[in-house]
Amino acid sequence: MSTLAANAPGAAGGGLSDVAASEATLRRFLHGLPGVDQVGLESRAATLGTRSIKTTAKAFAIDLAISMIDLTTLEGADTVGKVRSLCAKGLSPDPSDRSTPRVAAICVYPDMVATAKEALRGSGVQVASVATAFPSGRAGLPVKLADTAEAVAAGADEIDMVIDRGAFLSGRYLEVFETIKAVKAACERPDGTSAHLKVIFETGELQTYDNVRRASWLAMIAGADFIKTSTGKVAVNATPPVTLLMLEAVRDFRAATGTQIGVKPAGGIRTTKDAMKYLVMVNETLGDDWLSPHWFRFGASSLLNDLLMQRQKLSTGRYSGPDYVTVD
Amino acid sequence: MSEPTVRLDVLKTYKLYVGGKFPRSESGRVYEVVDTQGQWLANAPLGTRKDARDAVLAARAAVKGWSGTTAYNRGQVLYRVAEMLQGRREQFAAEVAVSEGVGAKKAAALVDAAIDRWVWYAGWTDKVAQVAGGANPVAGPFFNLSTPEPTGVVGVLAPQAGYGFSLLGLVSVIAPAIATGNTVVVAAAERAPLPALSLGEVLATSDVPGGVVNLLSGRTADIAPTLASHQDVNALDLAGAIDPEGPGAAAALEAAAADTLKRVVRPAADPSAQDWTAAPGTGRLLSFLETKTVWHPMGI
Repeated sequence: MSTLAANAPGAAGGGLSDVAASEATLRRFLHGLPGVDQVGLESRAATLGTRSIKTTAKAFAIDLAISMIDLTTLEGADTVGKVRSLCAKGLSPDPSDRSTPRVAAICVYPDMVATAKEALRGSGVQVASVATAFPSGRAGLPVKLADTAEAVAAGADEIDMVIDRGAFLSGRYLEVFETIKAVKAACERPDGTSAHLKVIFETGELQTYDNVRRASWLAMIAGADFIKTSTGKVAVNATPPVTLLMLEAVRDFRAATGTQIGVKPAGGIRTTKDAMKYLVMVNETLGDDWLSPHWFRFGASSLLNDLLMQRQKLSTGRYSGPDYVTVD
Repeated sequence: MSEPTVRLDVLKTYKLYVGGKFPRSESGRVYEVVDTQGQWLANAPLGTRKDARDAVLAARAAVKGWSGTTAYNRGQVLYRVAEMLQGRREQFAAEVAVSEGVGAKKAAALVDAAIDRWVWYAGWTDKVAQVAGGANPVAGPFFNLSTPEPTGVVGVLAPQAGYGFSLLGLVSVIAPAIATGNTVVVAAAERAPLPALSLGEVLATSDVPGGVVNLLSGRTADIAPTLASHQDVNALDLAGAIDPEGPGAAAALEAAAADTLKRVVRPAADPSAQDWTAAPGTGRLLSFLETKTVWHPMGI
């Protein structure tokens, strides 16, 4: 059931290099992707959400989910102090239980990267920075590249860029493609290494599942390391069907090209139950290869507290409450 | 037309009352409620620990709004509950009669007493501060004022014994807790939960915000320890802790509650001898309060 349809240019050879040769070839490829079965997708996502995860499996899933969190603060009111305290929380999510794993990354605005980097030095927790005129993505390419370069220079390990939804929705795919490519190039450091690039689609603004599929392929061909659902700044954020669709896209992309891409649902994931549903989806769609913080992340802030409360419940046998976790 | 058709009774599905909604138990299970003669009355939902947890979440969410209303407004809302209860006297009288095994006349009197008790507590909402707080004389140029504030979420084990326990007793433990601005999670009497579950329908139609009162039926030995050990419950009323031993016994619950420094109201020494028609006094009303004291310099 690969979505790499026979009509995709270059599909026979398995190469996608010539897909973006021109606006026309790119459009032909993206519109040649099979349409999404909306009813099937939603019912599949709903079915996977009914799995019951208990006891030891639940404990495993909670720790895995904590280790996959990109602990995020993207507020206009962010201060150096707030970012530092968030980093401290990421390093030791539950100070009363040192066996709690660390989060995967701290996600901040570019001007806070240096602060976060300093606070996390030597810990292995990554610093992710949003860039390219987050959250709207409405800025000229030079501005976006400067935004990215600044974050990378400040020490960001990961860059979360947003695509220009206006360009995408009006069909200027090549423009989006070239932007991603240019940002990817801007992620390179002087020593030859490169910051991880996550591409945010803002699926809540893409209107249709077909568009999400197209955006996924577009970003993956352009060189994204991760594809991410949302900024968390609009009404509709990550939903299970959209995430499932993106999981299928990365699965098919690896089948077609051999390159593995990560997925990050973000926004609106607040409870342990929600997180479990996503982990079940990953396991059922992609398997073990993706069940690690290298390939799957949660963009979240309040989710961590709920995971910690559930973790305390499992270890003490009594329900915890918001008085026993930090107020972020 | 030969025989007159026999009409089938429409049986009532009793449900929990959590967060202003009427969910079935998360477990999907029910248990049989019988009258004092052992005759089947209805199926009540078998609330579980998870239901208790959900109810605490709902109660916690309601604390801010309910404790923030003015005392006058709370009084009006409680009075409204009495009005609604008055309108359903017959139903409650019937449920009390079968739950407690008393005659129709006595049951009606117990329902009337329960209505009167709501009114009595409704009157207390804007008078508690004068009784439990006030100006303290201090040796310095300060105004020193103490005011009572609600404790937060109160876990209540509804009375399971004593004359009038099923409705009057229930009202006598719920009303004082919410009159002062607390929210409650109530474990209804295990063998006589029907008046409690019907009370949920009264509360839902009487301006009490969802989540202020949450009613669970089920095994007290399941629900009570969950509430006692729950870290987000601030106080515990053990009126219905009648088990002599086991996890549902008053001593065990008090020990579990001590871990999180909950305020605890102990059950009567002999719960079955308790007469709920007796004047309640202000004991329960003043049990779930925290005193806030403010120092203010004089002359400024």
